[in-house]
Amino acid sequence: MTDAMIGSAPRRIDGQRKVTGSAMYASDHHLKNMAYGYGVFSTVASGKIIGLELDAARKSPGVLEILHHGNFPSLYHNSTLPMSFAQILKAAKSDESRLPFEDDTVHYAGQFVALVVADTFEHARAAAYKIKVSYSKTDAVANLEQGLKAGALQDGSPNHTRGDAAAAFDSAAHSIDTTYSTPVETHNPMEMHATVASWEDGRLIVYEATQGVVAHRNSLAKIFGLIPEKVEVRAPFIGSGFGSKLWIWPHSVAACGAARVLNRPVQLVVPRQQMFTTTGHRPETRQRMRLATDDKGKLVSVRHESINTTSFTDPYKENCGTSTKSLYSCANVLVTHKIIEVNRGTPTSMRAPGAAPGLFALESAMDEMADKVGMDPLAFRKLNVSERDESQNLPWSSNHLQECIDKAAERFGWSKRNPTPGSMKDGTEIIGYGMAACNWDAYRTPAEAQVALRADGTAWAICGVQDIGTGTYTIVAQVVSSITGIPLDKIEVELGNSSFPPAPVSGGSWATASVLPAIAEATRQAVEQLKAFATAPKGVFAGAKAEQVSFEQGQLKSGDKTFAIADVLNAQKQGSAFGEAKTGMNDTSKHSFRSFGVHFVEVRWDSGISRLRVSRVVSAIDVGKVINQKTALNQVEGAIVMGVGMALFEATDFDERNGMPVNNNYAEYVVPVHADQPEIDVILLDYPDFELNEFGARGIGEIGITGLAAAVANAVSHATGKRIRDLPITLDKLMELPPTMKV
Amino acid sequence: MRAFDYVRANSVEQAVTTHAKSPTTFFLAGGTTLLDLVKLDIMPADQVIDVNHLSLKQIEVQKDGSVRIGALVSNTELAHHPHIVEHYAVLSQALLSGATTQLRNKATTAGNVMQRVRCNYFRDGYSPCNKREPGSGCAAIDGHNRSVHAVLGTSDQCIASHPSDMCVAMVAIGATVEVQGPKGKRSVDFADFHLLPGATPWKEHALLDDELITHVVLAAPLAGNTSAYLKLRDRASYQFALASSAVIVVMDGNTVREARVALGGVGTKPWRSLDAEQALKGQTLTPQTLEKVAAIALTGAKAYRHNAYKIALGQQAIVRNLGTLNA
Repeated sequence: MTDAMIGSAPRRIDGQRKVTGSAMYASDHHLKNMAYGYGVFSTVASGKIIGLELDAARKSPGVLEILHHGNFPSLYHNSTLPMSFAQILKAAKSDESRLPFEDDTVHYAGQFVALVVADTFEHARAAAYKIKVSYSKTDAVANLEQGLKAGALQDGSPNHTRGDAAAAFDSAAHSIDTTYSTPVETHNPMEMHATVASWEDGRLIVYEATQGVVAHRNSLAKIFGLIPEKVEVRAPFIGSGFGSKLWIWPHSVAACGAARVLNRPVQLVVPRQQMFTTTGHRPETRQRMRLATDDKGKLVSVRHESINTTSFTDPYKENCGTSTKSLYSCANVLVTHKIIEVNRGTPTSMRAPGAAPGLFALESAMDEMADKVGMDPLAFRKLNVSERDESQNLPWSSNHLQECIDKAAERFGWSKRNPTPGSMKDGTEIIGYGMAACNWDAYRTPAEAQVALRADGTAWAICGVQDIGTGTYTIVAQVVSSITGIPLDKIEVELGNSSFPPAPVSGGSWATASVLPAIAEATRQAVEQLKAFATAPKGVFAGAKAEQVSFEQGQLKSGDKTFAIADVLNAQKQGSAFGEAKTGMNDTSKHSFRSFGVHFVEVRWDSGISRLRVSRVVSAIDVGKVINQKTALNQVEGAIVMGVGMALFEATDFDERNGMPVNNNYAEYVVPVHADQPEIDVILLDYPDFELNEFGARGIGEIGITGLAAAVANAVSHATGKRIRDLPITLDKLMELPPTMKV
Repeated sequence: MRAFDYVRANSVEQAVTTHAKSPTTFFLAGGTTLLDLVKLDIMPADQVIDVNHLSLKQIEVQKDGSVRIGALVSNTELAHHPHIVEHYAVLSQALLSGATTQLRNKATTAGNVMQRVRCNYFRDGYSPCNKREPGSGCAAIDGHNRSVHAVLGTSDQCIASHPSDMCVAMVAIGATVEVQGPKGKRSVDFADFHLLPGATPWKEHALLDDELITHVVLAAPLAGNTSAYLKLRDRASYQFALASSAVIVVMDGNTVREARVALGGVGTKPWRSLDAEQALKGQTLTPQTLEKVAAIALTGAKAYRHNAYKIALGQQAIVRNLGTLNA
């Protein structure tokens, strides 16, 4: 393997197609005779549909069909059984298991209640606006608070207990008992969810904005009662997903159903407003933290009890306490999760599910605990970092958190921090320094791939994984190149098709760790076939044994003779040498696999104009071996910016009177713009974790957002003396308002 | 999109006489508001009169020092016009604080004057909204009203804040809106152009249905003035003001000879405070004076459930802006 390629920083091999507009996204596909759908969405959050006035819409120009609960085809439910990683390539899963138009019940605002299909998008939309729906409304459960009053908490395990956290807390030298909350956040990928469905001779062909073509194929097969091989899902390019495109949502079933009814292709794009309602979100959480230490600051009790909202249709669990179980050493730990039903669409994974809200609570609480003990927050963390996974009683596969803390602290200049809140000033601004650990699981799933080395000097690789904008195309090519010596521009990579060798959904930061071993093994198998061609009759090394032939620097060598790949193949009139591989999971019985890191954040608070800015972030992260320096840094930097949004801006607001969303657009749902981006300095430690795979690479997509909001909150506390426990940290929460003006 | 009649106007006369005198006829300029709201079915167009080809694209400095701005001058062009930059810094800054480069390239002067509110309940198409559906009520008053709702000039029928930055600068500068209808031309004082919601929040401005804005005429700049626009918001760009201020000051030594103070983001219309201006005259710009003036400007403000902070933020916008004016 040529080490120069793995760990280098090549540009994205698909970059040119993206910037020139030739990359085709789902809704770019306009098939022959295609019709266009537009949804009618519920304008109440809870109730029953009692009437649909369709006459005006039926007469509207271009309308072909109007589907609703009275006439939509009867379909099957997707599986709701628990899914193991070993079975992930067969996975069929919906976070929202209810099918669109299944009945007359409305569970949330923005639920599909009808679908107009017309000859053009504009005709479909115009007709959809003409449909009047009458509802029998019931009182909506509009938020977590109302849920607690209206319903009963349900178990949201996995939970964890060791020791006796309550007893240790009661007898501890220092303790805190604080509650944190995070709001609903919406993924808001740039590319809207979209489906282009077409039935061809009993086969269902779908272009979908999905992070998982194989899982989407499996789900459609289950729902439509088809053999999976009769369904093909294609997603060669995805305009980001952040988790919202992991699993199938109602629009895709609606589009495929409509295409079957009409017997012609149908395109359905989810409008931006409904990207906030019917395609998942990060749920609202409330998290109670009880920490206690001995007189020297060693943790003796940790309790993390979280509640998250879910829909009335499905029990989505936001596992906020996953990191709490093991990040710090403590003998007495209790982690529980509970869920409560509200009238919102079903939540789903959003970048670092569980850990992003969970580490906001844990790492805010660690800061408050350090303050209570009277220790520097950095020293307090270093004292308590766990040297092994105490929740599983296993050693870490690799953990360099202490080094992350030291390196980032030095780069950031933490030693210049005056611990007194509000003491560091610059003109009209008060500067605050805060820090927090970041933490994320390291998974590896089964994956399959095929690679061929071609007689024209090029190679191809295919795999049913996706490039969700993260650089998967490029790192797959890097692996083929590193083994064969074939330059990147001669390697053709095709991903995002469910008919390719199956691979997992691109989520959980596991695509790199799972897929690259399959690519590497398939490449080596292709080389083996090349050797077989070489030693076969008429081959360049005819009569030699395969073990006498070596592959070096892109050439076959035996004795003092070397031949290029093309020579070997041409001697046999072969077009290519082919390899395929199926690789498995890591051994989780001997090690615990996680990634670790730390953020240091500088904020500036100008109280005269109530302006809060994140001005500087230094992060050191250990994600194992970095395959591509450029795309890896992109992932962490992007996650940090998303973390700034989580900390300062993002909240999907719902009217508490009726559960309706009130800022479901790109203007009023505030995410960071370029001008909000701090100076970002990311250190990647680059220690290979060979327990996970041959490359030593763990994932990198999610860890960067974890802990960032806590680091900001901790910096804000340092700057202003105010501890904000409810995200986002908006200016009105920091303003000194007279009592009569309190918000 | 619903079907509508499209007319490309070749003259102002044609534009206004073609107008069907219906509330569902709209003039199309930059389209940055209209296209969105037509697509959302909030402005259900039956007739669209495209005025983009009219010759209303000039910025003319007139003999009396006033500046006559054609209705179709883009926000970008106006913001970067050398005469505006030099004599009306507050206007240039206000324009550049609004929206994004792409939007400012399309948005026009008259279109900015005519932009609609950002109230979520107005734009959702189903909530009670007296602007969209007179008599249906106002969902915002007891609803979610943190960001795009006002504390000044509100009524029990509507509390949506006026979204424009440009208009805040214009009301401070003093301006006249020139309009033309089938019966001829007339002028409306800029301060009277936008209407308070009162009992009729669907009446947002002084235009008749078939009248078209042709120009906005800025009053001659105050001799020796210094001016600035300060916009406060959650993120650093591309957000409507939570509170903003336009200030113009003419100093006489250390004392204020003449002053203009206007607020954005907090009012149901571009909000000029004559009382605050009066309180500044003859004063030195001490911190105490600034705070007193700011408090006067927000006198009468009414807080709603989530926007009480705007009363303080509006005052901060004035204090900081006046305090850092290089006057």
